[in-house]
Amino acid sequence: MSMTITEKIIAAHAQKEKVTPGELVQVKIDLSLANDITAPLSIKELEKQGIEKIFDPDKIVLVADHNTPCKDIASAQNVKLMQEFAQKHGISHFFVGGKAGIEHVLLPEQGLIVPGDLIIGADSHTCTYGALGAFSTGMGSTDIAASWVLGETWLRVPESILFVYEGKRKQFVTGKDLILFTIGKIGVDGARYCAMEFTGPVIQELSLDERFTMTNMAVEAGAKNGIMEADDKVLSYLTEIKSPRSPIVYQSDSDAQWKEIIEIAVSSIEPQVAFPHLPSNTHSVYSIPQIEVDQVVIGSCTNGRMEDLRMAAQVLKEREVHPRVRLLIFPGSPAILRQAEKEGLLQIFLEAGGIIAPASCGPCLGGHLGVLAEGEKCVSTTNRNFLGRMGHIKSEVYLANPYIAASSAVAGYIAAPDQI
Amino acid sequence: MIIQGKTLKYGDNVDTDVIIPARYLTATDPQELAQHCLEGLDSDFPQKVSSSPILVAGRNFGCGSSREHAPLAIKASGVKAVIAASFARIFYRNALNIGLPILESEEAAEKIKEGDQLEIDLDKGEIKNLTTQETFKVEPFPPFLQEIIEQGGLMNLVKKRVVHLS
Ligand code: SF4
Repeated sequence: MSMTITEKIIAAHAQKEKVTPGELVQVKIDLSLANDITAPLSIKELEKQGIEKIFDPDKIVLVADHNTPCKDIASAQNVKLMQEFAQKHGISHFFVGGKAGIEHVLLPEQGLIVPGDLIIGADSHTCTYGALGAFSTGMGSTDIAASWVLGETWLRVPESILFVYEGKRKQFVTGKDLILFTIGKIGVDGARYCAMEFTGPVIQELSLDERFTMTNMAVEAGAKNGIMEADDKVLSYLTEIKSPRSPIVYQSDSDAQWKEIIEIAVSSIEPQVAFPHLPSNTHSVYSIPQIEVDQVVIGSCTNGRMEDLRMAAQVLKEREVHPRVRLLIFPGSPAILRQAEKEGLLQIFLEAGGIIAPASCGPCLGGHLGVLAEGEKCVSTTNRNFLGRMGHIKSEVYLANPYIAASSAVAGYIAAPDQI
Repeated sequence: MIIQGKTLKYGDNVDTDVIIPARYLTATDPQELAQHCLEGLDSDFPQKVSSSPILVAGRNFGCGSSREHAPLAIKASGVKAVIAASFARIFYRNALNIGLPILESEEAAEKIKEGDQLEIDLDKGEIKNLTTQETFKVEPFPPFLQEIIEQGGLMNLVKKRVVHLS
């Protein structure tokens, strides 16, 4: 019965003994997510079809996080539409205002995800939850609307690629650098349609926050999902947050079939910077010319968690942001904001001259709260640096980890902490 | 179904941010989205597409976000079909779900040039390049996806099932 974790979760939800890559299956879902950009399309689709009944209000999650706090009338209308839909159908997992955070940071915190789950979401970074040993993947609004009615969806069982990380990490090399390096190696379609399973001693050492950063960016290599085996760190996290549901922990069989096994020696990896306009344009921070920046963004579903803020604070403590630079810090959720306040991190950021923004997607997608002008350059801990992603079509986004982002804010150009 | 028309050609990794930038995503009306379709990549796109309604692109077309606004904008701008060497998976699903014809062929994507006149037979999975007289075969969709296409999108299928259940 040799299967990978991904295949086992899909098989369990398809009520089959075994599934094989390439097979199309119908699967039951544990959770279906949408946000203030994608939910309105799903809701309107259901209304258009005159469908009134949804399968299970407790398995639908709606998060108003993208254009919130609402940036204009149109986005306010969209949130209102979600709110009315949630009320009408008794959807309790509707997050708005001070309860909302960036969906992929918020859902695990809320105990909504456990190992073995099958989750779909109308957001490409739904793949983030793989860090907890769940299968999760992004889809569009129509697929999500259909799942709200049927409680299931169709999937093509992906082939799995195994990434094995070994060696000793250098200073300032984080989960972000491992995933950027990996995408740089295989390209933005290097894992198209595949499951990326991350394993090896280095992954075991990583904190959950860093693991989330890695699975979050699986879609940046074109993957359907990113996944890791749930270990003790995951299980004790579930206890800590008092998750009400019980996990099912799967492991890939020793004779599971892999499309490819890619071994990555981390000892030689240096902190990475992905140049515009693809996440795969990666360079070592120590090998790049001096690039002056106008804005630095620390946050997002990639690097807006507690440890990310701690890394940034470590650099920014008793330092000042370069006078030309705007430093924007977006904590991933209200809980993270509260914890950062408790630990004195907000004080450090404010004294350094940073701006603390609400727990929202903000400038990550160029929506609001930090949009770039023509010719401006930004170092960002987010996940995408596509053409025009954060604003003007002639602006540039450089992706990096929180250490580098914070150091660049101080230096005024892209730099690592040991270069400032 | 037969689709005819001239082509517009673009490169690899045409992402959802250039297809429809996030600042326009507060809209859900396809016509409104269409006004900004591909504006970052080709500012003349709206003019060109009326006489050349078939897009040909390289690898990983539609990579990036899950926004269904992307295929909706393309469809509403008047595009009749997209041929690419490969599609990003979410875009692929979204296109089928909303009834935007997509065809995957590395060979066709490489050999067809901008301005070529094509005739596409969707049922047979065949692309004829009338300019060069070349013909390209496209892998047919698996039966289940074929059904989605025939029903005119996923929701029609869902609706049938709902009626059937109740
Ligand atoms: S933080 Fe950025 S990548 Fe993450 S969900 Fe929000 S917009 Fe998407």
